[in-house]
Amino acid sequence: MKLNTNLKNIFLIIFTTLILNACSTAKKSGAGVDGDVYTGNKTVEYLASGVPDRVFFATNKSSLTTKSRETLRKQSTYLRKNKKLNVTIEGHADERGTREYNLALGERRANAAKDYLMTYGISGKRISIISYGKEKPVNPGSDSLSWSQNRRSVTVKVN
Amino acid sequence: MKKIFLILTIYLASLNPLFALIEVDITRGNLDPLPIAVSPLYVDVKSEKNDDIKVKELGNNISEIIEKNFKSTGLFNPLKKEAFVQKPDIAHLKPRFEDWRLIKAQALVTGKLLVKDGKLKIEFRLWDLTAEKEMTALAFTTTPSNWRRVAHIISDKIYERLTGEEGYFDTRIIYVAESGAKNKRVKKLAIMDQDGANTKYLTLGNELVLTPRFNPTNQMVTYMSYFRNMPRVYLLDIETGVQDVVGNFPGMTFAPRFSPDGKKIIMSFAEDGNSDIYTMDLDTRVVERITNHSSIDTSPSFSPDGKFIVFNSDRSGLQQIYVMRSDGSDVKRITFGTGIYGTPVWSPRGDLIAFTKMRKGRFYIGVMRTDGSGERLLTENFYQEAPSWSPNGRVLVFYRETKSGKKGEGFSAKLWSIDITGYNERKLTTKTDASDPSWSSLLSK
Repeated sequence: MKLNTNLKNIFLIIFTTLILNACSTAKKSGAGVDGDVYTGNKTVEYLASGVPDRVFFATNKSSLTTKSRETLRKQSTYLRKNKKLNVTIEGHADERGTREYNLALGERRANAAKDYLMTYGISGKRISIISYGKEKPVNPGSDSLSWSQNRRSVTVKVN
Repeated sequence: MKKIFLILTIYLASLNPLFALIEVDITRGNLDPLPIAVSPLYVDVKSEKNDDIKVKELGNNISEIIEKNFKSTGLFNPLKKEAFVQKPDIAHLKPRFEDWRLIKAQALVTGKLLVKDGKLKIEFRLWDLTAEKEMTALAFTTTPSNWRRVAHIISDKIYERLTGEEGYFDTRIIYVAESGAKNKRVKKLAIMDQDGANTKYLTLGNELVLTPRFNPTNQMVTYMSYFRNMPRVYLLDIETGVQDVVGNFPGMTFAPRFSPDGKKIIMSFAEDGNSDIYTMDLDTRVVERITNHSSIDTSPSFSPDGKFIVFNSDRSGLQQIYVMRSDGSDVKRITFGTGIYGTPVWSPRGDLIAFTKMRKGRFYIGVMRTDGSGERLLTENFYQEAPSWSPNGRVLVFYRETKSGKKGEGFSAKLWSIDITGYNERKLTTKTDASDPSWSSLLSK
């Protein structure tokens, strides 16, 4: 019984911590950045009308946000309509990490986008991957907004 | 590259080491550098004219290179030549010790040279001014065009005699030369002497190149190139210019380094969102997989005995440093401090691992023992990474980037060096912006 109460307390603490974390994350949003994922469209280009070419990531992360998945679903619809079109997904990182790790991280981000397109029926053969690590920033600034715009994967038409 | 021929013609035995009085302690930060006088080398009047070099100024030029090398160590204080009390030729025969002591010098370097029959004959002596003894004397014969290298070799011999450690002046640094706007960078492989002289570009800048590293046993280089938009590890012979892709991997290979015997390349291969560590034997071309983990494993570096590999992995969630046996077994995490860690490099002496640490938005270059204990952070900045060891394991060279404005203005990337004591931080002179330095072994070894 006592152990149970202790466990309950621990869970309570963990739960509260989660809520607190959620709050602190929410506080940081604004200027088109949620947590540290860019949500604006300033650097975004379009594969076709209404089909954004890129998705953004949190620092050191390669998980897709709800908005990223929505973007990728639009890309998959577009690719299904244009059956002969192949794409390259470029993975990028911001300048705040070591070069070699960022190359790996860019590759992981590009593959996260590729995998999602494949779950929506796009053949992996139509998608090639390239990581540029931190070598090709879209925004050259050294501030958190620039960095959030640089943590991205970009789908580029190859034919 | 022209192969140097360097003949040791005379070897005047150095004194019994028990007799030596001057010693430079390099194990701690040296706040009291040894005052040393480097006399211009005496140019023998029988010297012939040379089309390519100014023979008359050679004695002075060589002494200036030696002074610059000494000053860069932070361990020596080369004295101003205006205060010198004896002519070079007379001092070289036998210095008046008491006069040199008057200008507070504790050691004196003298020498003479002769350019004749297309050869440069050069000799030097190192004098202990307190004990009034000659400590070392050496003579060389080489082609006159090698005069800078001779100056570096003399610097190495003196450094060795005074510190008891191998020198690192007759070495080169390969790096990535950068130019252009921050978001449109042009990158070329470049190589220079460790003092910044003789810069040469090895690629044209048509494709992105990254992370060149020297083979510790010869003048081969491995690096990463985006040639034909296929990011792969390459091997380059800097004497012939011949280059070759390393292995036949279906995806990106990166983060290459040589094994200590120079026979293998260790690197990462990325596939399906996962990077693991592989080696390739350069003779047999046999590829071996070393790690097999769903996390990112990269930046591998062998221990100098070849038995262990230190590498960077995010298997715990964020980048940390791990050590394993060279077959991939017995993986142990060695960093547990606050912050995240990258770019581990094993010291050529085997005793330390240098690394980059990121903590609270700041970047540090540090060293720790090979079990992760005894972490010492040597320098902190806005952004710096990629330490590379001097061949004697006493100095690290790395690159540092500045914070830029909204449009990338004010951005620069430069090479810096620092002693493992944390003292003597210096910016290296490069013709362009520079990153990803790798220090060669001693060329004359």
